[in-house]
Amino acid sequence: MFNELWKHLQCRTFLFEISVLITEQNDQLILTYTENQLPGPELMSEDLKCIHCGNSCGKSPVLFEGKPFCCSGCSTVYQILHASQLKQYYKIEPMAGIKIAEMQLPASETYAFLDLDQFKSKILTFSEGGISKVSFFIPEIHCASCIWLLENLHSLNNGIIQSFVNFPKKEINVTFNENEISLRQLVDLLVSIHYIPEINQHSIDKKSTDQSDKKLFIKIGIAGFSFMNAMIYHFPQYLPGNEFLEADMKKLFGWLSVLLAIPVLLYSGSDYFLTAYKSLKKKMISIDLPIALGLVTLFVQSLVEIISGAGIGYIDSLTGLVFFMLIGRWYQGKTYQALSFERDYKTYFPLAVTKITNSGSITIPLEDLKSGDQILVRNQEIVPADSILTSATASIDYSFVTGESMPVTKKAGDFVFAGGRQIGSAIELTIEKEVQQSYLTQLWNQIENPLTAENKLNTIINRVSQYFTVIIILIAVGSAIFWYFNNPEVALFAFTSVLIIACPCALALTVPFTFGSTIRQYGRKGFYLKNTAVIEHLYKVDTVVFDKTGTITNAQSSEIRFVGKELNSVQLQQIKSLVFHSSHPLSKAIFNSIDGDELFEVKDFQEIPSLGITGLIHGLRLNIGSRYFVSGEKKEDINLNTEVWVYLQDAVVGHFQLENEYRPGLRELIQKLQKTHELHLLTGDNDAERANLIQFFGDGKSLHFNQSPTDKLNYIRKLQKEGRKVLMIGDGLNDAGALNESNVGIVIADNVFNFSPACDAILQSKQFGKLDKFMQFTHRSMTIVKLGFLISFLYNIVGLSFAVQGNLTPIVAAILMPISSVSVVAFASFSIHLSAKGYRL
Amino acid sequence: MSVVIVLVFVAIIMAGIFLLAFIWSVKNGQYEDTYTPSVRILFDDPAVKEEEKIMEKEKAQAKSRSDQSQLAEKKERKSQ
Repeated sequence: MFNELWKHLQCRTFLFEISVLITEQNDQLILTYTENQLPGPELMSEDLKCIHCGNSCGKSPVLFEGKPFCCSGCSTVYQILHASQLKQYYKIEPMAGIKIAEMQLPASETYAFLDLDQFKSKILTFSEGGISKVSFFIPEIHCASCIWLLENLHSLNNGIIQSFVNFPKKEINVTFNENEISLRQLVDLLVSIHYIPEINQHSIDKKSTDQSDKKLFIKIGIAGFSFMNAMIYHFPQYLPGNEFLEADMKKLFGWLSVLLAIPVLLYSGSDYFLTAYKSLKKKMISIDLPIALGLVTLFVQSLVEIISGAGIGYIDSLTGLVFFMLIGRWYQGKTYQALSFERDYKTYFPLAVTKITNSGSITIPLEDLKSGDQILVRNQEIVPADSILTSATASIDYSFVTGESMPVTKKAGDFVFAGGRQIGSAIELTIEKEVQQSYLTQLWNQIENPLTAENKLNTIINRVSQYFTVIIILIAVGSAIFWYFNNPEVALFAFTSVLIIACPCALALTVPFTFGSTIRQYGRKGFYLKNTAVIEHLYKVDTVVFDKTGTITNAQSSEIRFVGKELNSVQLQQIKSLVFHSSHPLSKAIFNSIDGDELFEVKDFQEIPSLGITGLIHGLRLNIGSRYFVSGEKKEDINLNTEVWVYLQDAVVGHFQLENEYRPGLRELIQKLQKTHELHLLTGDNDAERANLIQFFGDGKSLHFNQSPTDKLNYIRKLQKEGRKVLMIGDGLNDAGALNESNVGIVIADNVFNFSPACDAILQSKQFGKLDKFMQFTHRSMTIVKLGFLISFLYNIVGLSFAVQGNLTPIVAAILMPISSVSVVAFASFSIHLSAKGYRL
Repeated sequence: MSVVIVLVFVAIIMAGIFLLAFIWSVKNGQYEDTYTPSVRILFDDPAVKEEEKIMEKEKAQAKSRSDQSQLAEKKERKSQ
């Protein structure tokens, strides 16, 4: 009896306080015991959340001061913050921390290049007398806690003087004392609290880009200033009794408004003249031409009236026009500051590499890398150029390139393509091709898309404005000729009046506000467009090409099933116990797929890199790993599904098969898209999944397997030659060429702020199933644009009816122009807003 | 009507000052980030100071306690 009780007690954890009561009753010993759980977190509950990152701690949480963590990485960050009195981090937003497995943290030598002056001077924005400033892009910044912690960096290191976060840009600006903390130490500090800054060519080049935004603000400010003041000067003239206004006052008001108009014309509105001139030079008519024409006529007519004393002119309409159009430009130009759509290979590769020479290893800039060089690539670093592996084995993660989440194993002498990320211990490589000549970079370098120039011209606004301009000029000339024969005094006035009133302000505002609102609606739902032009291209698309791995399949979660002899629960627990000791992603996947939480003791555990793991459980040998490792068969698998083989006791019992899981909503999405679009699938994988894919796509004709990145690019080109407008949906660098070549390239991303190849739009992977709705919504946007055009044409007809009769007075212009602009803006914004609700985007 | 002329110039100078202030604020980068300051203002004082605060509080409490005990002593003395 005691034995049984003891066994029972042994199973309890130390967190239970057990009181045993022995009583004597009828000559028998009666044992009663009660167990009280000790105060503290509920350690035994099923989904215990990590204090740091909020992820489930699984069945074996890491404990620090009685607080549960999902991994030692999270616990380390907690300890750092705890030691520096920064625990408020966890109070502002609970569980806001960033989870990065210790395996995935960059090696400490990765940032060694930051000690070199040539890189330091490029990265630092300011440096004098030991005080330096630097700004980093940190994609992981996501909440108020992040802002708080990063702005309290000085508590972690005295060398940091000040740090400021720009949340929309996900940027941190740090001022620090270089005598106390070096740039490299600063970066290491950020890495240690899991805020890994992105340091690449892009972060160096980016610095001068914000200026255009500031300029636009100042232009709007000046135009607004002139508009308001011009209205004050003009208003008395519109009121009854204006004839009592003294002539001197009229003159003064007139000249003051001319003064106000000059900066508006020369500075605020300068872009309209420039683009009109540029397009005329190319013998094209754009919307800017009638605008420029209208502005000039307005100004000259006003000047003539003021000099002759006939009136005060149309300066208020002129400045108001520029003001409204600039607001439209600002509204349309909303960009997602933290997203980047224009990334080339330079932003992906590191700034420096470690070269191995006879005298030891040195850090050199990426540009200086020559073929034949020996380089060292550490854990989590990227292979910068096509090369040959000289170390025994390497495990390369190509998920950025192909979307395949499982690392690929390479052996000495194997060719390694650029772009992969080494997982595990450092490897040595011999460079075969320079960075520029590497396979992927070459593909990526064909950036100049011949279609973009042509597409630009073919936008709806330009097509409309071509007719518009011609018709307006015809009307102007026609009315001038009419009046020349009837009343020559009115002829010139009628001519200018037509040009003034027809100035396509409302027309020019329709597109910015409709598409600007559409982009905002998309952005709220996780679909981010590069600019408003993409909406129109998306509207025209008639062919959709999908990539498979990572795009229509979910790169993160895979379905795991066991093929082979049925295993009993003890055997499963044995397998689980063994994989528990390995940090390989496959081991983790298998560990999570097996239920039960009884772990056995493992003896003689060994992990053989890129082969497998082995250990003794209950005295039995257990091998888990590649087929070659487990069974000794060297046979290449025909089926390229990821397989993990198991050797238990004295025989190979079978293997775990990891199958890619298709994204939820894929079937419905394809069914809907199929009705309106032609669908294609391109994949670099073999046709093992053909049967499954046919279920989705209906027939096998449009499925293409074993496609190299160049094949994908050529396939898009072929479709385009057939006159098709192609939408390419991909995710990795191997799609970069195709994404760039297609009319619209959409990248699917789990975290939109992380790296993605150059594209027109980024779609959050959660929203994948809504793609058809997003595409349909472009039709609604186009309808609204057309209705907006109709409204502005109606206003033009009213205005022109005044103008051709020679009756256009400043007051008519001053009322008609703002009303037309405001009503078009209101119509566009509201109707997009309402339709988005109706569509349940 | 000369007063109107004065008013006109006063008005344009005032508007001009505001325009200059606007241009300065744009160049100063105040429109670059319109989100973070709204969060920043809600943060309490830096964490390190918080501890000092607690210590100050404790001191104050200790002081009031000693004051109270002094008062009590005085009362006792009075009663005696």
